[in-house]
Formats: sequence, C-alpha cells, structure tokens
Amino acid sequence: MPPDRARAVRLTTGIVLLLALLSAAAFMTVGARGPWSFVLAHRGIRLAALITVAYAIALSTVLFQTLTGNRILTPAVMGFDALFLLLQTTLVAALGGAGAGAIDPRLLFAGECLAMVGLSGLLFRLLFRGEGRNLPLVVLAGLLFGALFRSLSSFLQRVMDPNDFLVLQGRTFASFNVVDPALIGVAALMSLAVTAMLLPRLAELDVLTLGRDGATGLGVDAARLSTLVFALVAILVSASTALVGPTTFFGLLVANLAYLLVPSARHADVLPVAVGLAVITLTGGQMLLERLLGFGTALSIVIDFVGGVTFLLILFRTGRR
Amino acid sequence: MIEIDRVSKRYGDAAVVDDVSLTIPAGGVVAIVGPNGAGKSTLLSIVGRLIKADAGRVRIDDLDVATTPGRELARRLSVMRQENHVVARLTVRDLIAFGRFPHNRGRPNRDDADRVAEAIAFVGLTAEADRFLDQLSGGQRQRAFVAMTLAQDADYALFDEPLNNLDIHHAVALMRLFRRMGEQPGKTVVIVLHDLNVAATYADRVVVLKNGRVAGDGPPAEVIDQRLLSEVFRVDGDVLEIDGRRVITVAR
Repeated sequence: MPPDRARAVRLTTGIVLLLALLSAAAFMTVGARGPWSFVLAHRGIRLAALITVAYAIALSTVLFQTLTGNRILTPAVMGFDALFLLLQTTLVAALGGAGAGAIDPRLLFAGECLAMVGLSGLLFRLLFRGEGRNLPLVVLAGLLFGALFRSLSSFLQRVMDPNDFLVLQGRTFASFNVVDPALIGVAALMSLAVTAMLLPRLAELDVLTLGRDGATGLGVDAARLSTLVFALVAILVSASTALVGPTTFFGLLVANLAYLLVPSARHADVLPVAVGLAVITLTGGQMLLERLLGFGTALSIVIDFVGGVTFLLILFRTGRR
Repeated sequence: MIEIDRVSKRYGDAAVVDDVSLTIPAGGVVAIVGPNGAGKSTLLSIVGRLIKADAGRVRIDDLDVATTPGRELARRLSVMRQENHVVARLTVRDLIAFGRFPHNRGRPNRDDADRVAEAIAFVGLTAEADRFLDQLSGGQRQRAFVAMTLAQDADYALFDEPLNNLDIHHAVALMRLFRRMGEQPGKTVVIVLHDLNVAATYADRVVVLKNGRVAGDGPPAEVIDQRLLSEVFRVDGDVLEIDGRRVITVAR
C-alpha cells in the first residue's frame, strides 16, 4: 500500500475510534443527576451492552458480506435473527414459562447459541452443497426461511399459554432501552472468543473477497473457511439478537459507511472502523434520543429509517451500474 | 507435467467432460479449443481444482489436485477464470499483490513488493497501478488479473478465455505476453481459446475438445485442417498456409 493511503487509513481509523470514545463518554455523563456511583453503574451496564451489540453486528455484517461477495445482504436477510427468536419461542413453548425461567439465563443463552450454529450450519450445508456457487439461490432461500421462522414463531405465540407468552415477551422484546444484564457478560465473552478465532485468518478473509474460485486458486480452502466464518457469524448474531432483538438495517448501515470511509479493502483496516461507527451510532444515537429528545422515539426505528434509506440508495446505485 | 487421467464430469445426464485422458508436458503454450459447450472451461476448472471431477484424477508434477493442500498447489498452479468480478474496492496493486499470497500468507516483504511491481510493468499497467479496478477499462482489468497470476509465479498457469472483451490490439498484446510467459524455463501456459486463428498463431500445441472428448491433439500445423472445421466446428471454410502458419477463412 502506498504510504499516503496507509496514512489515510490510519487517520480515518483514529478519528472514528476517537469519536466512538467521545460518544461513549457522552452517553455515560450527559444529563446525569444524582450520585455518580449510581449513574455510572447504571449507565455502565447499558454502555457495555451497546458496545457488545455494536461490535457483534458490525463484525457479523462485514464477515457475512465477505462470504457472500455482496454489499446489500446482511445476516438478517438470511433469517438468522428470526431463527434465534424461533429458538427462544420454541423453548418457552416446550418447557413452559416456569420451566424456562428456572434455567440460568446464561446457560440458556449458550445453548441457544450452539443450536444457532448447528441450525445455520445445516442451512449452510443444505444450500452450499455441490459446487456451492449459487448464491442468489442461497439468498432467496434465506428470505423464505426468515419468513417461515417468523410465521412459526407467531403461530407458537398464538397457541401458547398466556402466562408463558408473558415470559417469552419479557425475553424477546429486548431493545436498546431494556437489556438483560445477565447476558451481557456471556455475549461479550463470545464476541471476544470469535475475535480470537478470526485474527489469524484476516489475511485469508481478504483473499476471500476475490470470490471462491479466486481464493481457491490462491491456496485458501474456501469451503472450510466459509463454514468456520459462517459459524462465527451465527454466534455473533445470537449475541446481538439476545441482547437487543432484531436490527434489520443497522449492520448494513455501518458496514457500508465503513467501506466508504476506509480507502482499503483489508479486513484489518475495515473492521475497526465498522465497529467504531457502530459504537458511535448506538451510544451517540441513544444519548441524543434520551437526553435531547426525551425518549421521543425508539433508536431502532431511527436506525432502521436511516439504514433503509441507505439500503435503497445502494440498491439504486448498483442497479444503475 | 499435467496428467489428466480418465476424468469425467456430468451435470445431470449430460457428460460435460467424458473420460478425458491427456498429458501436458512442462513448457510452452498449450491452447484448448472446441465449439461452445465442448467442456473446455469445465476441464480447465477441474485441472485448476475449482470443480471436483466425478471420476478420474488430475496430477500436477505427481501431486493429485484433489488431495494436495491448496497452499502447496497454489505455488505450482495458477488459474484465471472467465468471470472476474470483485466487489471490494481494490487497486491494481492490491489485486496483483494477492498473487503473492501463496508465498507470503498475507505478510508481504520487500521481495514481494518487487515482484508485484515487476508483474505490473510486464502487463504495462505501471501508470495505473494505484487506480481502482472499477476505474479501468475492460482490457486493463483483464491484464490486471493476468498480472496477478504472473505475480503468483506458478509453474503452470491456466487461463479461461482470457481474450473475452478484448479488442484485437489488446488480444494480440496479451497473447504475446502468454508466449513470453511460456518461453520462460519451466513455465507452462494453458489457455482455453475459441478463436482458431489465435490458437494457430500463438500455441505450440492445440488440444481439440468436442462433446467432452478429445477430438484432436498436436501442433497447430497438424491439428488445424479442413476436417477440424467441418467435423468439429461444423463450418465450411478453408485452411490456408501463410508464412508457414495456418489461417482459417470461412465461407460466406
């Protein structure tokens, strides 16, 4: 990489991470009333949740887009978050609200994560069998599966015991405002474990941007790498969905902004900026909504609005080319 | 040496490659020609281990492509496919640097940078080295991908229809480049071509495929003749000899 471009990458990364730090600090301090010990502890938990979610979504989206060689798709398109919600629904329906409530939420979450990896892996194997080149089919199937999972969830919710439904609602109506503190630690730990698995493979992931054939030609075992990364994406999606529920366009927004800002295609350069942008959007956005707009609206709505518009813009631009 | 031993590939009932056995010794430029749907690209993809064969084996210098670790193979064999669409915004230099991946596993050193610069100069893209791929013309992009395989520096380089979308000037420049590659000691270039005149002019050896089978194999002067035109390509035409080279003209 020529030195001026390397410098531009460093500068962008520095600015984004600094802004992320500032947003996080603002989220912790702006409009604080009462003793600091209470404020910091209360907001600290939520900050940890937001950062974990930002990290998981930014990472999973960029990885997923590398796998699919596409910048419009996100794991949500594959029906991943719908699958996670279906898992939770099925669990409560099977065990009953009391039964599900008796299990340690962290244990439950770990189990759900495992089931996610297994089920999405199955989906992956089903769709990528053979030469595995038919991505449009995979994506269409993902859309269909998403609809199927959502319908199954709502069917189960309709026929389940009202008390169980209340328990389920408490679990699945997570949002940026209400986070289950017990899960933050597990989710953060899982995200870190995923990162540890990824770091030695970043260069191979860069090669994977050339597509399966290109990567195979350069000696990367594309099938094995894809399977592994797919599993990691499934874990990250589980983590973020369990914490704050489905976020349709958030990943798309930060990933594409990162591609736009970073003058390099290396994952080592793009990922930190994507994560930084996600942190800025979540903590900064939440702070603005809470302190300036007085909880006037939910952050997820704003993000989905902006993200949806971005989605359309990208779609139109790709269509014109 | 590339040894193709009774390789078959079928899609449904149709055998695209049908029990092909072929030995390509090291050195020179080999052209694979044949009508559309003859299985040229499929055979090349099987040799380049991008597609698995249903039956048979392919060995590169005694390494079975189906079982040898990809990393090991990538230093001996490079493949350039017909479709080369890249979503990521890469510069010419970024792309060509990927060719060094089998050697440096993503940690480039000074030697890698030199070889990348060499490859860029070889295809005449030095002025465009820091431009993004989507800012290049079709011909420039094609040459950038060729340069990537140059940087990979494998003993065997496979190209699938590399002249697609190129005008005659760039097609000739690229074929000359392939000749120079093939004339380097220990280097072999295998190219899938559809233009018989190009094959006759630049290849040391022509392999003809028809319906997934080998229908001819040898130096262009022996393989390219009237019979090939009428039986394999089903056209009326003449094969002329100009300056010792075979040239094809088709009847109107």
